[in-house]
Amino acid sequence: MEKNGRQMVVPGQVIVTGNEYLPGDGAYRDSKDVVAKRYGVIDISEKHIRVIPVSGAYYPRRGNTVIGTIIDVLFNGWLIDFQGAQNAFLPVAEVPRYINRNELREFLDFGESVVVKVWDVKSRGIDVSMKMRGFGKIEDGIIISVNPNKVPRVIGKEGSMVKLIKDATNCNITVGQNGKIWISGNSIEDEVKTKNIIDFIINNSTANGLTDKVEKHIKSLGLKVDSPEIIKENTDE
Amino acid sequence: MNNKMVKSLYEKRTDKRKFDEIREISAAVGVVPSADGSAVFQTGSTKAIAVVRGPRTLHPQHMQDPRTGILRVNYGMMPFSVWDRIRPGPSRRGEEISKVCEWALSSVVDLSEFPNTVIDVFIQIPQADAGTRVAGLNAAAMALAHAGIPMKEMISAIAVGKIDKTLVVDINKDEEDYREGEGSTDIPIAFTSRTKKITLLQLDGKISPAELKEAIELGKSACEKILEVQTDALLNGNKEKDEVKSKKEKK
Repeated sequence: MEKNGRQMVVPGQVIVTGNEYLPGDGAYRDSKDVVAKRYGVIDISEKHIRVIPVSGAYYPRRGNTVIGTIIDVLFNGWLIDFQGAQNAFLPVAEVPRYINRNELREFLDFGESVVVKVWDVKSRGIDVSMKMRGFGKIEDGIIISVNPNKVPRVIGKEGSMVKLIKDATNCNITVGQNGKIWISGNSIEDEVKTKNIIDFIINNSTANGLTDKVEKHIKSLGLKVDSPEIIKENTDE
Repeated sequence: MNNKMVKSLYEKRTDKRKFDEIREISAAVGVVPSADGSAVFQTGSTKAIAVVRGPRTLHPQHMQDPRTGILRVNYGMMPFSVWDRIRPGPSRRGEEISKVCEWALSSVVDLSEFPNTVIDVFIQIPQADAGTRVAGLNAAAMALAHAGIPMKEMISAIAVGKIDKTLVVDINKDEEDYREGEGSTDIPIAFTSRTKKITLLQLDGKISPAELKEAIELGKSACEKILEVQTDALLNGNKEKDEVKSKKEKK
């Protein structure tokens, strides 16, 4: 079982028997057996066994970038809905500019969208922050939704896929791990083309040689693709 | 199988199956793209679709549990699922089945990671030929796994029956409506996949304790086969779909 790195399990299946292994996320111990608790891919690192889910709803983790909507303005911050199990809280102190505490709605009002970083995940709730480059209020462009499990395919290896699309369409793309993608470009046509390419990736996410297919698709839209060598150079940096 | 000393009126099954033979089963996951998890399960002409949504915030707020998430199951038969049209919407029977399915599934899911939330399971029966609650449970267990919900084990369920004096596995509507002799007894049973514990056991009719024990054993071995199909659909289902997709692309 250790040889095959991409082995799948269903809940209740025994992954290994023996006391030398430790159950991690998605696994539990029952006397001598380490049993899967989730449907997903087995990940064994040394003696630590995890099951990584391959489908289902989005679970926030610390450090994730998410895109959400303001659903409530409280006295010391905002409540953000990002399609997760719970709503996130953005405190005034986590906003990198002066905010008049009596007029929170002047900065972020109901229904406005933000890019935020997940700062803390507790059972009480999720805290998010805006105090870094690239995070903040969304004022232009479009937001599209994709299946959160397919977000890694949109990003690509070390961001190669996003870079490919960015270079082709000249749009800024911010991918939220919750499946929301913010696209902002010079014209609405560029943004629609970007959306088209991302939809293509989602629909072909299981195909082999996805990058080549995406390049072909970009060319079919009448856009230029930088030669692969240049992309490789850029991602190595 | 049954006590051979007493002759049973039901000697041959209406659909020519063996007494311990289940109907042809098929299963698939990911059938509803907009859901967090979904599955379809079919035995013979009984078909069940299960959809899982969540974890999501639970409303009304007074139902929220700060210690754990809760499971909410909704079972319903579609109006065209049987010959006489069923009035759509909640019914007394539907509410009862929703509740027993909820209890059957609650004992395997572990929702302590999601306090104050709810996981909704919707079971719909588009086509019914007896054994809808067990088909629904089989689909629901697969859909929950597909939604990435932490579960200690899977659940497989089967309806064992006693037709006159004969014990049969996976009864269909004809057998359920059998009126001669002792008539029919319907026993839906749900087993957990690893420890083989019973999470659902209902009984509609008359049966002796000894026969009930025998019926449970029959159900247990039938559930092994069902679990195989469920596991296969989860592990290999997507692969097949992808193969079909890539074949189409090649053409």
